[in-house]
Amino acid sequence: MNRHARAAGWLSALFMGLGQLYNRQYVKGLVMILAHAAIIYTTVVKLPSYLKGLITLGDKGVHLEKVGKMSKLVPGDHSIFMLIHGVLAGIALLVFIFIYVLNIRDAVTIGRRREQGASLRPLQNGLFPWMLLALPIIGVLVFTVMPIVFTSLIAFTNYSSPNHIPAKNLVDWVGFDTFHKLFTLGVWSNTFVGVMTWTFIWAITATVTCYFGGILVALLINQEGIKFKGFWRLLFVLPYAIPQFVSLLIMKNLLNEKFGPINKYFEAFGLQGLPWLNDPFWAKVSVIVVNMWIGVPVSMILVMGILTTIPKDLYEAADVDGASGWMKFRNITLPYILFATAPLLITQFAGNINNFNVIYLLTGGGPATIAYNNAGKTDLLVTWLYKLTLDFNQYNIAASISILLFLFIAALSITMFVRTRSFKEEDMIQ
Amino acid sequence: MKPRLLISYILLAFIGVMSLYPALWTVLSSFRVGNSLFSDHFIPQTWTLDHYRDLFRARADRYIPYAHWYWNTLQVATLSMVIGTLIQLLTAYAFSRFRFRGRKAMMMAIMVLGMFPGFLSIMAIFVLLNTFNLLDTKWALIIVYSAGSALGMFVAKGFFDTIPRSLEEAAKIDGASEMTIFMRIILPLSRPIITYISLMTFTGAWVDFIFARAILRSPEQWTLAVGLWNLVDSYNSTEFTLFAAGCVLVAIPITSLYMYTQRFLVSGLTAGASKG
Repeated sequence: MNRHARAAGWLSALFMGLGQLYNRQYVKGLVMILAHAAIIYTTVVKLPSYLKGLITLGDKGVHLEKVGKMSKLVPGDHSIFMLIHGVLAGIALLVFIFIYVLNIRDAVTIGRRREQGASLRPLQNGLFPWMLLALPIIGVLVFTVMPIVFTSLIAFTNYSSPNHIPAKNLVDWVGFDTFHKLFTLGVWSNTFVGVMTWTFIWAITATVTCYFGGILVALLINQEGIKFKGFWRLLFVLPYAIPQFVSLLIMKNLLNEKFGPINKYFEAFGLQGLPWLNDPFWAKVSVIVVNMWIGVPVSMILVMGILTTIPKDLYEAADVDGASGWMKFRNITLPYILFATAPLLITQFAGNINNFNVIYLLTGGGPATIAYNNAGKTDLLVTWLYKLTLDFNQYNIAASISILLFLFIAALSITMFVRTRSFKEEDMIQ
Repeated sequence: MKPRLLISYILLAFIGVMSLYPALWTVLSSFRVGNSLFSDHFIPQTWTLDHYRDLFRARADRYIPYAHWYWNTLQVATLSMVIGTLIQLLTAYAFSRFRFRGRKAMMMAIMVLGMFPGFLSIMAIFVLLNTFNLLDTKWALIIVYSAGSALGMFVAKGFFDTIPRSLEEAAKIDGASEMTIFMRIILPLSRPIITYISLMTFTGAWVDFIFARAILRSPEQWTLAVGLWNLVDSYNSTEFTLFAAGCVLVAIPITSLYMYTQRFLVSGLTAGASKG
């Protein structure tokens, strides 16, 4: 019964396109045969050396070679090129296998349709979504997936300045050495632990201050009897509307120790100015306060939105029962806000862990300290890895920090994802 | 007046001053004579437009190609907006309207990849561009900004899902091709979502510092974010009034856009929040 399907399937498995020819789809079959020929050619000629390169990462650096009587400097293997080519070759291989499977499947379906005497024309819109998606898929593969793969690979090499930078030197696989260094080796682990501790302290403080600050400001505006609510809100939203890098750079000037207006005002009152950005303790205070200035408006907007969704009948019922204003606030407003914004806390926490702008633009991670390797007292893990990449070329360390951060953020996001689902199904308030 | 209200008003006024002060101070400084960071008078005694003029004038003693930076930023933001919006619309439309093999799996993948903060791969992007000698070009920056935009497609997909299918079916009966349906029926109906996405991608590119600083190396290529950062970093606040004028010109388009669309943003943010 399924004679055609089986024959076409086997033929296609033997050589791409044969099944299609058997199904009398001549053009498609020919194209596929040519494609298969091309695939065989590349797999045999190119792929093995690329894949081998991925494993060895090159075995000759820049070296002297005898050319006639003279010794000449010859460029050696470029490990990073070899790594990239290797990864691309791996991806290509997977794509080939995928196409191969598709080809067999296609032959079988068409064969089956022949047996049933159905039309051989493919469905009209079968290709259109893929046409739409071609560009997005390439974009995501090259600029999102590829960098992630590349980062994960670099973390297991010794790609770093000064001794392992191609094309002058080779890069090698070193297994978990980088992570080992980060966790146990003297200065590196000191820096890592120090920076990580501050990252967490910062993320928790920044999240909590902005969150409760926002709730307070929103409640302040929303009180009964306050006039011009729209005006206040517009005024307070202003910091949020100014581009972050602009307001942060302005703040950096405001807090300037010698000439900044804030210290000048202090002096006008006979107080001594504070080293806002130059002392480890005050720098930490400054970044948290400035972050509030930027972050409170966001929470405020959210909470004000939620306040309008609280059903009025709850308050009316409370009035009937003779509840005081404080009791209404305590038992209706507050639980409602906390409940509705709880998932937000996690998002903001995750955002603050990676809050690059506030730290980098305000303090640049400083004040510097000799206890740390290439990091300052207010550096977060992200700003540290940024500096390691751009200024110090410590790519392997930067890569391993990226991976650790990513694992942490992913765990957070997944928990939140799962949580909010169960959260929705509970519908406790309504 | 009740004491509670009085205290509230005092607090509100205080917060208002705090919110307004940095912006106001910068705007006033940009009109002040001289170049110093501090002045005894909050409101300038003599007003001048010199600093704005200076931004666009070449001077021998310093190199601040502000006009270049502005033009670069405008180019980068506009092109990223066009390409990014297009990519996002195409993706969203494909996932909203078609049922094809692997659709569910790909949507899951997009969701997971979307959680990955893009700049964590800054190391890889930097090294890859560096290895292929693509650093310091505007196109590299534009492509980096717009390539991943497909990952933010869920809002647009939600919008497309609400457009009734009967419209397309009617068009199909009249013999319209898929392309015609998309161009002539769907796009005109999606003006609000196109505006929203364009706004987001434009401002995103306009204010980004992380990638711009990593990719753009020479002063002529910088965008405003990198240029102004460098101005503060290397002149160490000695050219403050000039910097203030620069800030005002950068902030005006974005701030007015935000204030103008404020209500819209509020409902957008809360919609996201109640969904979790």
